[in-house]
Amino acid sequence: MNETVEKVASHRDYAGAKLGMWLFLLTELGLFFGPLLLYVMHDIRHPEAFHAASQSLDKTIGFANTLILLTSSLTAALSVASIRRGKTELTLIFIFVTITLGGIFLVNKYLEWTGKIAHGIYPGGDAFAELPPGEAVFYGLYFFTTGLHGLHVIAGMIVLAVTATLTAGGIVNKRDFVKLENAALYWHLVDIIWIFLFPFFYLIS
Amino acid sequence: MASEGAGYLGGGGGPNGLSSWIFSTDHKRIGILYLVSILSFFVVGVSLGFLMRLELISHGPTIMEASTYNSVFTLHGVVMLFLFIIPATPSIFGNFFLPIMIGANDVSFPKLNLLSWWFYMAGAALALATLALGPADTGWTFYAPYSLRTGTYVSLAVFAVFVLGLSSILTGINFVTTVHRLRAPGMGFWRMPLFVWAVYATAWIQIVATPILGVNLLLVIAERVFGIGVFDPAKGGDPILYQHLFWIYSHPAVYIMILPGMGIISEIIPVFARKVIFGYRAIAYSSLGIAGVGSLVWGHHMFVSGSSYTAGVIFSFFTFLVAIPSAIKVFNWVGTLYKGSIWLGTPFFFALAFIFLFSIGGLTGLILGALSVNVHLHDTYFVVSHFHYIKFGGAGFAFFAGLHYWLPKMTGRMYNARVANWSCLILFIGFNTLFFPMLLLGIEGMPRRYFDYLPQYSTLQIVSIVGSWVLVAGLIIMFANLLRGAFRGARTTENPWGGATLEWKIPSPPGRENFEKIPEVTKGPYDFRGLR
Repeated sequence: MNETVEKVASHRDYAGAKLGMWLFLLTELGLFFGPLLLYVMHDIRHPEAFHAASQSLDKTIGFANTLILLTSSLTAALSVASIRRGKTELTLIFIFVTITLGGIFLVNKYLEWTGKIAHGIYPGGDAFAELPPGEAVFYGLYFFTTGLHGLHVIAGMIVLAVTATLTAGGIVNKRDFVKLENAALYWHLVDIIWIFLFPFFYLIS
Repeated sequence: MASEGAGYLGGGGGPNGLSSWIFSTDHKRIGILYLVSILSFFVVGVSLGFLMRLELISHGPTIMEASTYNSVFTLHGVVMLFLFIIPATPSIFGNFFLPIMIGANDVSFPKLNLLSWWFYMAGAALALATLALGPADTGWTFYAPYSLRTGTYVSLAVFAVFVLGLSSILTGINFVTTVHRLRAPGMGFWRMPLFVWAVYATAWIQIVATPILGVNLLLVIAERVFGIGVFDPAKGGDPILYQHLFWIYSHPAVYIMILPGMGIISEIIPVFARKVIFGYRAIAYSSLGIAGVGSLVWGHHMFVSGSSYTAGVIFSFFTFLVAIPSAIKVFNWVGTLYKGSIWLGTPFFFALAFIFLFSIGGLTGLILGALSVNVHLHDTYFVVSHFHYIKFGGAGFAFFAGLHYWLPKMTGRMYNARVANWSCLILFIGFNTLFFPMLLLGIEGMPRRYFDYLPQYSTLQIVSIVGSWVLVAGLIIMFANLLRGAFRGARTTENPWGGATLEWKIPSPPGRENFEKIPEVTKGPYDFRGLR
């Protein structure tokens, strides 16, 4: 009996749960600030090398992945909108679509990486050692940053899958959906970071 | 409820097994978990420091080889900074007292709070695992490119620090949310005790700065494991960028260490002067000021790393600027003492020692912040002495002051005040004998981290080594007295010091729930009217 009273009380702090999540997202931005700062500094130092290396990345896959993540952000937002209206089934469908789009993003990323690795362009690879100094740094940062982002995509998919289970179990419902909302916020963060990475690595030259 | 046995500590039929502690989500129990674990690692850190000093008692290898010496000073730094001084005050006293002081029954995210402690323990286990495997010999700063090349377990040590950083971030998020969401009715921001202000400002630094260190450490691991080349000059990378990213976190981290300590002093001074604190708002704003300006001074660690003269001037300017909010605090504490009816209790002695030692630390910091002087003093014992005056003389003594001020509330038992006062004096003498000669050694040109030294430095080195013995003796007396007090001391009252903040209005030790009914706050934290 006591426990249910406590639960209701803790559920009431909707704003607190959101504030905590926003603070966490701030730390995630800090995490990606580091490599992007390094990118800018190295770009100033080796503009030609960065231009050449950037040209070799597949813009089509990059652009497709941007569209995929943007769409998945939309479906994540729609899942929150559906739970607000109490439509559990629709919510689950939207979460499922979001997770699937995340999976497609990762498959594309995998193809892109293996393409580079097949040419020996990866830290420790044959071609990597012979690259001019600036290009090696570009690829080093590319693999590090997109790899770190990829881990965040996987984390986001896991979080969404967990909230889907909670939604199916009725723990996330029309009255109490802050867990789903925070999961969706996290997914938007994953999307926003990609929105920055895409122009940095594929477009700016 | 509140009258049962030993309150939150268990007894009276309440659960008290090991699992009721290590899986507890009660902020008070988590505070005690941190207390026990952090002090255990403090003992490790002190032992390493003691051995380092002892090694220098004669020329050439005395008790260890040069390579061992490198590992010992690295581990001393990692343990003392990441396992002791960064988490000590926020995680122990912040966890225990922040919710009570703002009239809340717990932090906003109690489970996350427990997770922070588990991350802390995991990080600590990894850091100490390197001790057995082959400790890093890079210094606690892990500077590239040496950290990329050395054959020791740098990746593991670096990952340990990453996990500890994660723990620190989660604690910060918890405290900021708690302060915003769980203040009791009537507890406006301007009625919060200054300790809460200080921990709040610290929590912001933890949130904003720690991720930068985290990613920097991940980059070092990626360099070592895959060779991505960003810090490696052979591949076109730049080791100076490592230093930038490192100090962007690690300088603000100095304020993570000292700000909560300043908060403790701001609590103790008015209570023992029986007087409302002088310049409450100035002290609160100066905490935020230190957090803000402190984020813009990292370049002063790199004056001789080949950064431009312009950058040097700017960083030097901000370094002088950050002295202003620190000085505001010192002046306000002294101003509070003026015409107060001072009661010479043990916590007050520690607070006075803090003000004296911190002032030396701050002023030597200004000497180092001056560009031209820095070139001469860079990487000498002067720097070592300066940051020990800040971190040990400042943050450490403030932490000890906090122990003597709050431990009776946490355990419900009082230590022997006479012994405690003596331990304070012995610590003070030992500390100055240990570190003041280092200032002189530094001016004479003794470089830091050296395994050996020229004969002309012998006298001051020996004085300093004797100081380390006195300091360790003082620590043993202090902790023995506190331990005895915690378990066997006389029962204490609800409010032994006559404090006006909320923690003194609940039993010692507090009950399982802090407040049976959330209090309504009607007056400021230093309003001593009606108290003895």
